[in-house]
Amino acid sequence: MKFAVVVFPGSNCDHDAYYAAQHVLGQQAELIWHKDTDLRGADVVVLPGGFAHGDYLRTGAIARFSPIMQQVAAFADAGGPVLGICNGFQILLEAGMLPGAMLRNKSLHFHCEHVHVRVEQTDTPFTLTCAPGQLLKIPVAHGEGNYYAEPDVIARLEANRQVIFRYVTAHGEVADQANPNGSVNNIAGICNQRRNVVGLMPHPERACELAVGSADGLVLFESAVKAVSERAFAAAR
Amino acid sequence: MRARVFVTLKPSVFDPQGTAVNDALHTLGYTSVKDVRQGKYFELEIDANTADEARSIAGDAAHKLLANPVIESYRIEIETNAAATAPVGH
Repeated sequence: MKFAVVVFPGSNCDHDAYYAAQHVLGQQAELIWHKDTDLRGADVVVLPGGFAHGDYLRTGAIARFSPIMQQVAAFADAGGPVLGICNGFQILLEAGMLPGAMLRNKSLHFHCEHVHVRVEQTDTPFTLTCAPGQLLKIPVAHGEGNYYAEPDVIARLEANRQVIFRYVTAHGEVADQANPNGSVNNIAGICNQRRNVVGLMPHPERACELAVGSADGLVLFESAVKAVSERAFAAAR
Repeated sequence: MRARVFVTLKPSVFDPQGTAVNDALHTLGYTSVKDVRQGKYFELEIDANTADEARSIAGDAAHKLLANPVIESYRIEIETNAAATAPVGH
């Protein structure tokens, strides 16, 4: 199966995602320039982290109008699995493919550290092989990851089980001190209603081998492989 | 024709940057400043025949790109008088 990793001007985690899919998992992966208009038969699309278009205007605000985004939206509409990591999550929010928006971190600090997130739901293409409530130690690296949505939107996300990852302590408890950015309800990642589009601020692709401190992030990519191979989540063609 | 677009966070949205600026002003002794909200300001030079047309184009631009309606609101001013578009101050 094939991962497509979209490269925007300013993406800087594109090769990490490519490496995780191609070299750690041994799957096929391809980098696709944002001006391309073809996902080249990909089974999974990853929007990587970085600073697309220098974060000018707002994070993700300009990237959402890149030509490839029409194909990404069509792929998601057909049921294909899409993962937005950090800046990729911000792009999905700006594109309206996920609800809500990002604010500057409450502390104003750029947070670059390992955090713990709890897997809240396993019925998405990127958490399929997780145990419910599984803790993942993966890094965050962002200045604008303070997830915000109107209270009625948050209530709907919670009711529909669309909160997929939450910042927690090392013991798995939701607490303010475990929240690196001020996100509402400690939200670290969400999915759309159809559950095939997932966005998260932490970087699973930077935690796929023990040599870099944690391999906990690999489970997201393994889940995608399983989801596609079992046709649990796949784009209708 | 020039459109001035002011983008600000909605009142219900916390503004960490504005709060930091407010704290700095207090450090400088401006204790009478009670709150700061930071926003963005755009000047759009628009080729339009009427003020209404320019306002409509600026409104579309603000809604689609300049502001994120989830967290921000915007206000538009149109200047049709060339003299009024000269830089103010200094």
